[in-house]
Amino acid sequence: MPTIYIDDNPYEVKEGKNLLDAVLSLGEDLPYFCWHPDLGSVGACRQCAVIQFQDEEDEQGRLVMACMTPASEGTRISIQHPDASQFRENVIEWLMVNHPHDCPVCDEGGECHLQDMTVMSGHNYRDFRFKKRTHRNQDLGPFINHEMNRCIACYRCVRYYRDYAGGGDLQAFAAHDHVYFGRHEDGVLESEFSGNLVEVCPTGVFTDKTLKRHYTRKWDLQSAPSICNHCGLGCNTIAGERYGTLRRILNRYNSSVNGSFLCDRGRFGYEFVNDDARILTPVMKNVETRQFEEVSEDDAVAKIAELTRDKNSVIGIGSPRASLESNFALRTLVGSNRYSSGMSNAETELVNLSRQILNDGPAHSASLKDVEKSDAVLVLGEDLTNTAPMMALAVRQAVRNQPVEKAKQAGIPEWNDNAVRELIQDEKGPLYLATPTNTKLDDVATKTYNAAPQDLARFGFAVAQFLAEESPKVIGLDEDVKSMAKSAADALKNAKRPLVISGTSLLNKSLIQSAANVAWSLCANGKKAEIALTVPEANSMGMSFLEGQGIESAFERAASDDIKTAIILENDLTRRVDSKAWNQFLKNVENIVVIDHLENETTAAADILLPAGTFADSDGTLINNEGRAQRFFQAFEDDSAVQESWRWLQGVLDLGKDTDVSDWYSLDNVFSAMTKSVDTFKGDIVVAPDAKFRINDQKIPRSPYRYSGRTAMKANVDIHVHKPPQDPDSPLSFSMEGYSGKQPSGLTSFFWSPGWNSVQSTNKYKNEVGGELRGGDPGIRLIEPKRNASPKYFTEVPEPFSPREGEWLSIPLHHIFGSEELSAKSFGLSKRAPEPYVALNPSSAEKLGLQMESRVSVKLDGTEHTLPITLHENLPDGVIGLPVGLPDFNGIPLPNWSKISGATE
Amino acid sequence: MLSPEEKHEIDEELKHLPYKESAAIDALKIVQNHRGWVTDEALDDVGEYLDMSPDALDSIATFYNLIFRKPVGEHVIRICDSVSCYLTGYENLRDAITKKLGIKLGGTTEDNKFTFLPIQCLGTCDHAPAMMIDDELYRDLTPEKLDEIFAQYK
Repeated sequence: MPTIYIDDNPYEVKEGKNLLDAVLSLGEDLPYFCWHPDLGSVGACRQCAVIQFQDEEDEQGRLVMACMTPASEGTRISIQHPDASQFRENVIEWLMVNHPHDCPVCDEGGECHLQDMTVMSGHNYRDFRFKKRTHRNQDLGPFINHEMNRCIACYRCVRYYRDYAGGGDLQAFAAHDHVYFGRHEDGVLESEFSGNLVEVCPTGVFTDKTLKRHYTRKWDLQSAPSICNHCGLGCNTIAGERYGTLRRILNRYNSSVNGSFLCDRGRFGYEFVNDDARILTPVMKNVETRQFEEVSEDDAVAKIAELTRDKNSVIGIGSPRASLESNFALRTLVGSNRYSSGMSNAETELVNLSRQILNDGPAHSASLKDVEKSDAVLVLGEDLTNTAPMMALAVRQAVRNQPVEKAKQAGIPEWNDNAVRELIQDEKGPLYLATPTNTKLDDVATKTYNAAPQDLARFGFAVAQFLAEESPKVIGLDEDVKSMAKSAADALKNAKRPLVISGTSLLNKSLIQSAANVAWSLCANGKKAEIALTVPEANSMGMSFLEGQGIESAFERAASDDIKTAIILENDLTRRVDSKAWNQFLKNVENIVVIDHLENETTAAADILLPAGTFADSDGTLINNEGRAQRFFQAFEDDSAVQESWRWLQGVLDLGKDTDVSDWYSLDNVFSAMTKSVDTFKGDIVVAPDAKFRINDQKIPRSPYRYSGRTAMKANVDIHVHKPPQDPDSPLSFSMEGYSGKQPSGLTSFFWSPGWNSVQSTNKYKNEVGGELRGGDPGIRLIEPKRNASPKYFTEVPEPFSPREGEWLSIPLHHIFGSEELSAKSFGLSKRAPEPYVALNPSSAEKLGLQMESRVSVKLDGTEHTLPITLHENLPDGVIGLPVGLPDFNGIPLPNWSKISGATE
Repeated sequence: MLSPEEKHEIDEELKHLPYKESAAIDALKIVQNHRGWVTDEALDDVGEYLDMSPDALDSIATFYNLIFRKPVGEHVIRICDSVSCYLTGYENLRDAITKKLGIKLGGTTEDNKFTFLPIQCLGTCDHAPAMMIDDELYRDLTPEKLDEIFAQYK
């Protein structure tokens, strides 16, 4: 470890860092703009200047940019040197020449890196008296607000958007002080990761347009550490509230999961929490009028207790979008053999298979960070950008690893971003994509293979066969597919950290099995192979731990005479089963109890309906695709009857007296009851600090100390100051009072450090720049592979796909915007969702006599839909793609055979 | 749509270059030669031909002041406003041209004959002040010489 001297004090720093990184990792303050922990150094803004000395004798020194200077052994620098600080102050002064004095009306105000750096550098007075250059702003779509006058030309936006996220439609235009960052014409920013511009931009050029609709300053937000519930990856977020509405989602750094970024579904999909369709009071259906009527909480609970007195007459249908605790409470109420995971039978089987593969095999279940660090990737079946977006972003980084390794060998450190990019140009590490049609990652792929799902699986089995003789042979493979399989196998075998990705999105078992075979055969070759399997929803993997049966099985059970009551937990079943099965189920069951937070077709069918909390107004634990259990905390509590589903069920259990739930007054106790009684959880599991956790006897505040108006915000209700709500479930207080130091990891409601009001303050919470949070990244992995295991290879190689005459295999196509239930109901996101369509390849369209604008009628599973067509060049013959989760196709089981014909209109 | 001539000239450039993108500046110049300036449509055309987004191409086009993203007149006058010319009478020259043509820097005459633009250094400091009309360089200028010069462009 090299020793460097900062203002004559020696410090040990990590090998291979630059001075800025080293200085910030040591906890020192040094202003910067163009540098970013995930984007590296380009030395453009000249803000991080320090004086470097040759040796101890050197009194003169010279000005260097800390971000561009290696922190090598014996480096001597001064941050405090008057020349350096004068220089930094001047740089800010120049940058501010064109920056407007509009902080009071700027959305960035109060969490602005430019404000922080201006204060830090000491440029306190604005002397510039002349005209400032002004720009015309663009409409960049529903997510991002554009205000170019504030730009200081640090180039972070385009470096993030183009270089990091692979976007094509954000650029720097013109030169000198006319430099303009935007699109070549107004229009929606196309990248699925555009929201990160809000956090990447050091000032208010790119701000959150959804926040603008209900704006609140950072210091006035009451926030809580949360987990994104819009896909299975479990990215860490911060949910911020004021006056009872959720205002925004910010990234919450977790080096093992999402790092510094989020996808746009995760960032902008939150507004359903504030929807008018929220269920706020318990209601019961009047037997005669069939209308909902309000009932008291006690009456509702008592009625459910009455209905569930005979356990044998009740089934419970849980949900992969509800917490472990809520699902466990339901499972306890109805008994494990009458409990359903709330996923279809097919999905249940695939998620269980995934857990089994991750658990039994020698291949390590990859975190998002592992994905990012891998240096050869094979993707089987998943259109990652749409099914697990942040994994796509991680793969985009992974393809840089092999070329970057070359740069390192040429003596260029990885942080020297321009030099590295100059050297590697378009070179990419191996990425083999096998998907049904083209994906957004194709541009960085070594090779792509588009085919029907079972052919993709056959390709996967073929790759495994090249790696291990014992894995099953694939008969009758085309030569070109075979040679691609061979080159994929070679690339994985020659890599240091090979990774195989597959998942549940095509609902194809063979695909996942073939991925396991590849990963295991790599392990058999002595490789430390990783495997990442995506799952459909935030707690799908958790459902596998609770071992519920699929919905169809539950429905079958309901068809038997003895089932009279069904309790449905946070689950719109009409999205998962076809209408025939649903209507039959409604006929079979006398009483339907639903606990959920938004009105939907299932809640409409309820006899008793209870209001549940969303991720923002309840607490709970989720398990992500990797097997990592993570806790989300309640950001706010309002005066409605909304509470965690498990609390409602605790009330019912308590009246029932069968189970002693007297200690289920807090989340911790429910969680530990679960880990004790469910075999799949082994021993004591600590997901997050428990509710008794204190620092200096103090709770951890949800709001910054500058939070304003607490004593006045209920003045419209009465003149008394309301007591802050109590929180039995977490060590967080609904207040700005409490421990004022840095919150421990996992309990961080906001990132803030003296002098660092912006999101850049996260650096102060890390062990080192780019490293883990102090105290370790939050969450706990419940799945660790048996490294020495050698499980049997899966042997069922599927038959090749053969198109049928007059029939089409309909496969599910996923959309980041629109396919997920809750985010699709959010204002901004709903504008990005596609209209329902039927996708097929051009030659099939021609055969059917269809034009670009044609509409077709699709007969599928006894239903008929008339929809416009979309041409997908690469979709295989005999296959059509249907968008998942859009209204037209809710509840239709895919893949499935369908008939299509030109619509007669 | 790129014309066959434009395509042919771009293809000639591509022969010498390792990446398609490397031809971006030349392609923009070629299109400008043919069309007078680079229209939005031209950006799309060139972008499609070089597999580049119009955004990426526009980023290049707007960076260089010899690539025009607005219409220009038949002849483009570029007057040097760099140090040597500044010291030897650039301002008088500029004002004389403005008076003569009735346009300020950045303007185009009503008959669409001339566009008047500033430029940083024409590399002829020893014969300052200087200007360029299209590809023709004029040196050691005085306001008096302008009549004769402009007469050639009638």
